Amino acid sequence: MKKTYGIHNIDCAFCAAKIEAAVVRLPGVKHASLSFFAEKLTVEAEEADFPEIEKQILKAVKKLEPDCTVDL
Amino acid sequence: MNRRQKKNLIRIIISAILLCGLHFVPFGKIPNGNAVGLAVYLVPYIISGYDIILSAIRNILRGQVFDENFLMAVASAGAFVIGDYPEAVTVMVLYQTGELFQSVAVGKSRKSVAALMDIRPDSATVVRNGVAVTVSPDEVEVGETIIISPGERIPLDGRITEGSTTVNTSALTGEALPQELGRGDCVISGTVNLSGVIRAEVTSCAADSTVARILDLVENATAKKAKSEAFITRFARIYTPAVVAAAVLLAVLPPVFTGQQFGIWLNRALIFLVVSCPCALVISVPLSFFGGIGGASRQGILIKGSTYIEVLSRVKTIVFDKTGTLTEGVFEVTAIHPEKITEAELLDLAAAAESFSTHPIGESIVAAHGGHVDRAALGSVEEISGLGIIADYRGHRVAVGNPRLMERESAEWHECRTVGTTVHIAQDGIYMGHIVISDRIKSDSAQAIKALRSQGVKRAVMLTGDSEAVAADVAAKLGLDEFHAGLLPADKVSIAERLIDEKNAGEALAFVGDGINDAPVLARADIGIAMGALGSDAAIEAADVVLMDDKPSKIAAAVACSRKTMHIVYENIILALTVKFAVLILSAFGITGMWLAIFADVGVMMLAIINAVRTLKTPSK
Repeated sequence: MKKTYGIHNIDCAFCAAKIEAAVVRLPGVKHASLSFFAEKLTVEAEEADFPEIEKQILKAVKKLEPDCTVDL
Repeated sequence: MNRRQKKNLIRIIISAILLCGLHFVPFGKIPNGNAVGLAVYLVPYIISGYDIILSAIRNILRGQVFDENFLMAVASAGAFVIGDYPEAVTVMVLYQTGELFQSVAVGKSRKSVAALMDIRPDSATVVRNGVAVTVSPDEVEVGETIIISPGERIPLDGRITEGSTTVNTSALTGEALPQELGRGDCVISGTVNLSGVIRAEVTSCAADSTVARILDLVENATAKKAKSEAFITRFARIYTPAVVAAAVLLAVLPPVFTGQQFGIWLNRALIFLVVSCPCALVISVPLSFFGGIGGASRQGILIKGSTYIEVLSRVKTIVFDKTGTLTEGVFEVTAIHPEKITEAELLDLAAAAESFSTHPIGESIVAAHGGHVDRAALGSVEEISGLGIIADYRGHRVAVGNPRLMERESAEWHECRTVGTTVHIAQDGIYMGHIVISDRIKSDSAQAIKALRSQGVKRAVMLTGDSEAVAADVAAKLGLDEFHAGLLPADKVSIAERLIDEKNAGEALAFVGDGINDAPVLARADIGIAMGALGSDAAIEAADVVLMDDKPSKIAAAVACSRKTMHIVYENIILALTVKFAVLILSAFGITGMWLAIFADVGVMMLAIINAVRTLKTPSK
């Protein structure tokens, strides 16, 4: 299934690409895409994996761009 | 501006004032290259750039070295090392100005796209137990009755049960002309009720409504990135380390080999770093696509991803489905050719026989007749599959159908010269004449083909299941290059495949259909365009570009919009690379100073953003 999260305060398209790359690499994520302009992160994964993936997304975002917030 | 942007603006202003002050105030020359000068200039430097330095340090600690923060931190720190303090501060202040401008521009375009898409209704007035209550559209169930007042955005899809009104659909279709609706007509969520109070029975829940589906489509559009967009981010990943390496070589090698002063070359290397920052591209290319998608949706054209903008701009072959795309898909009687009797009598015979028909051709005859069939005089009606109908009407045996039925009735029929579907009529074995039925060509089809040709389309092809004669007639009237008639849905796919093979490399083939029976071709084409999406789920699913209404002229508008977007993308890439490359070379030879370097970075970025924002604008009508 697919889920979309709002993601705010990303500085630039380059930082967005970094976060996208990190989310794609998370275990269980089949596909992920972050649109810098729409401020949306779309993640495709098995439904059961989502709670863990969401935790990992928060962690990755915090590490890469501490100013960023994700609406879960 | 939001709070963060305001704070940054204040920081920039304070640092700029301090910088100017240090330059002009007469408390003696602040000496460069000593501890006092360093300390004084560090104040505006830290005010303007502390966050950049912190991010650069943080990223280095985490092993992510090369980003723009790093480039700017190193360039300005290097200026301090050389002893050129004002330059260090200037670099930082100007860089921050560029960043602020970028952030404001992006925020603005986000807002204008959001405004374009601000069509989500927030409340619905529903009748419950005889009382009108206002609730959120999510709480209304299928089958309930809603009341829609003039000026209100229609909250849910429904069918009018009471009242009549005019509706403005421009938010969904870009069409300015209001639609007139009455009892029994469907109202579409997201459109605006203009004149009358209506009651409507809800036909789908909020989550499945037209407006929800459209918003979902637009919001997900940016997830499918164009090749050039993905290329830019990959490019930046390789480019930054390469530039840093080149700068290091530039600083170290010439002094070692030529024995020139180390400081000169370090300064040139720093200029090199400032120029090389790729932000102009990294920001403006995705911004152009974002604006292009937003601008198109304003015109009722939904492009499902920036990648399709790219493909659409390269369309050279365009394949149309005939019925419902170039023609209305509505049959009507276009000619009545009686023999021995009057036109009205012939039509009456045919309409009587067809009066129970559910076939579109039969319905069109009944519609042309006007509905005064004397059913009392109608006896048995027998439908003979593949031939037509034989009815007992006013004591006569009336046969209505194709030539084979006429032969069976041994009536002496003859061909008609008018193009269309011909229905022959015989009474008691005597030929009475025929009626010609045809599909009307849409009013803007010819204009759309012409507009597409001016957009660079070289080959316009029509596919249809209809007869050769009908297809030839439509193709000639519209000026199409070729047509293929008498096709089954499977044949359409194989012809599309052949046309894809025949086109040159780098060109794209678009297929335009109404989503009925042509999902396989929509999927097979380089780009599938579905029209008349208001109401058809299949079309929205299968296509890459969805036109909200069924006007062929929107196809040309979509191609024009994508070509404009790509044009702006290439303009920005060329502008940024040319200026940067030129300044890089000049700075390597020491011809240009830091000022030009800063223009090449911040100035080019601002120009590129201003250019990119143009994609949001829609052509005025």
